[in-house]
Amino acid sequence: MTTQTLTERPSRSTLFDGLTRYIPIGATVALLIALYVGGVANYDNFDSPQVVAKLFIDNAPLLVIAIGMTFVILSGGIDLSVGSVMAFSTMACAWLTVDAGIAAPLALVIVLAFGTGWGLLIGAVIHYFNVQPFIATLVGLFLFRGLTLQVSDTDVSMREVEFWQWGMTHVDFFGKVKDGGFWLPYLSFVAFAVVIIAFVVLHYTRFGRSTYAVGGSEQSALLMGLPVARTKIGVYAISGFCAALAGILAAFATKSANPLANVGAELDAIAAVVIGGTLLTGGAGFVLGTLAGVMVWGMLNTLIAFQGNLSSWWARIVMGILLLAFILLQRVLARSGEKRRT
Amino acid sequence: MNAYAKRLMWPVLILVALIAVNIITTGIDFIVPSVNDDRLGGAFVNILRRSAPLLLIALGMTLVIATKGIDLSVGAVYAIGAAIACQMIIDSSDQTAAGLVFSAIAIALVVTAVIGAWNGVMVAYFGIQPIVATLILMIAGRGIAQLITGGQIPKVQDASPFTELGRGAFLTVPIPIWIAALVLVALALLTRRTALGMLLESVGGNPEASRLAGIRSKGITVLVYLVCGLCAGLAGLIGAANLGSADANNGGQWIELDAILAVVIGGTALLGGRFFLLGTTIGVVIIGTLEDTIINVGLSSQWQFTAKAIVVFVVALLQSPEFRGWFLKPFKRKPAAPATAPAEEAVAK
Repeated sequence: MTTQTLTERPSRSTLFDGLTRYIPIGATVALLIALYVGGVANYDNFDSPQVVAKLFIDNAPLLVIAIGMTFVILSGGIDLSVGSVMAFSTMACAWLTVDAGIAAPLALVIVLAFGTGWGLLIGAVIHYFNVQPFIATLVGLFLFRGLTLQVSDTDVSMREVEFWQWGMTHVDFFGKVKDGGFWLPYLSFVAFAVVIIAFVVLHYTRFGRSTYAVGGSEQSALLMGLPVARTKIGVYAISGFCAALAGILAAFATKSANPLANVGAELDAIAAVVIGGTLLTGGAGFVLGTLAGVMVWGMLNTLIAFQGNLSSWWARIVMGILLLAFILLQRVLARSGEKRRT
Repeated sequence: MNAYAKRLMWPVLILVALIAVNIITTGIDFIVPSVNDDRLGGAFVNILRRSAPLLLIALGMTLVIATKGIDLSVGAVYAIGAAIACQMIIDSSDQTAAGLVFSAIAIALVVTAVIGAWNGVMVAYFGIQPIVATLILMIAGRGIAQLITGGQIPKVQDASPFTELGRGAFLTVPIPIWIAALVLVALALLTRRTALGMLLESVGGNPEASRLAGIRSKGITVLVYLVCGLCAGLAGLIGAANLGSADANNGGQWIELDAILAVVIGGTALLGGRFFLLGTTIGVVIIGTLEDTIINVGLSSQWQFTAKAIVVFVVALLQSPEFRGWFLKPFKRKPAAPATAPAEEAVAK
């Protein structure tokens, strides 16, 4: 029922069928290739493999929260708390290891458990008390931003703790960058692992299928005897876990915790998910689409960096335009789908 | 007690309690206005003055929510309105010219109204859910504002009459309070003395049924988003005039969330239908007073996020019939109707 609160669903299902459902993701991939080719054609050194590798270094945390967000959106919900949970997790890493002196691996376990626990709690509130996801997760947005600022309202450095060097330790592929190779830090591999696990869970497990079913129609899922409660709470737990993990990756990447980091990260994640072809009403979409959506976001930022004289706000504007285009595309496809069926 | 008074009872009680806490901690001066330099001052008047932009946005948001919609873009529209006016003023040779200031304000309001109408068209004619349609501008809007200001923060001279919009006073009452009060009265008259309010509630209740009943629900939806954009632009102007500058990144940050919070505190459900402009007003004053209360009771200003989170949580739970049923169950003699018992659990097992 929660899905129907802010989002009036048409009486007829708008899920795409057949090949139509691959059109949005196809458009995203085509766009990604076009951006890359355009970059190679216009800028020196754009063809270096490291340009692509860098997408997975800079955007590893965003990729992880976007994957979590994919689960939530597929189930018909939304999670506005991820940016704040992520910032709080980074701050918690810093506080636990630098100030409290707890062993870093233990700190990681605590932070991940916290993120998952928060997701379980908010998922339970959404499901059992029928609170709208938008409002329930808004609590998290405020709460964890506030708590992060209370832990410290200035940057906390984690450089002294040996452990935080691990994330940026890198592996060379095909030699050094100047010899045409590229490198990736360990934290990128963590993000890849999340993508692969999410892919398997979403497309090849019962939980994944339930997520699609709940997003398609919660009542139908319930009548089919699917575990609606477990699924709905589960997706928020996954999103909370991903947000905490993204916070840890950010800690690895910057080795410092900024209380105002990741303001608006939830919007970037939602935009990446939608551009990746996931329907915001839930029920249709792909994990790999989200990967493509995050890469589009990263590629836009890379192009702006290569251009040099453009400001970073162009990325947000273009992202908004793309969002508009993809939402309209989805509407058109859904409408033609309805017509075909009637 | 009629339904309207019942809805307002809780917000009023919360507000009275907050004011009482402030009077206890800082003395009676908190509530009693003082007159300095022919204008009203004092802690509470300042709260009202600072709350004016939020009130304007929350009023627009109330109407949008009444039609079962939501407008996430108001913070970005706030920044765009502020950016247009400030940039136009600093680009001119004479910043004190009254004509310039009026045209800057007029252009900013027209643009923000058009942006609002655009949101409305997306919702009404393209059939995109409000949360998604307005998300586009929430993401891109601040970029557009920065494009207008060229990434700088335009600073208007203190001598420009534009700053009067935020700092001035008319008949000793600060101008922002006048504007907010006028908009409140105008919207209240429009919606309660004409059929418009009923039409809004009808569209919120069921747009399709309203259309079949002969209500032009699409036009009404566009109008409501237009008003919301206009209110957000006006709020941006007041905010920018008060600061004398327009910060595209941080101006009006999270104001959309504060506005939604104020609407919800004021008793308007996010499900659409009945709406309470006066309740929203009290909700806005509660949020403004809460921020002062936190500092007055000796907590750091960072607590305001946490306090807001607690308020959202409590309000959301109180509005949930499932929660009320679950919470009140132990207090009822007879076993309550299984309002909470989630049927899905039984099916799941």
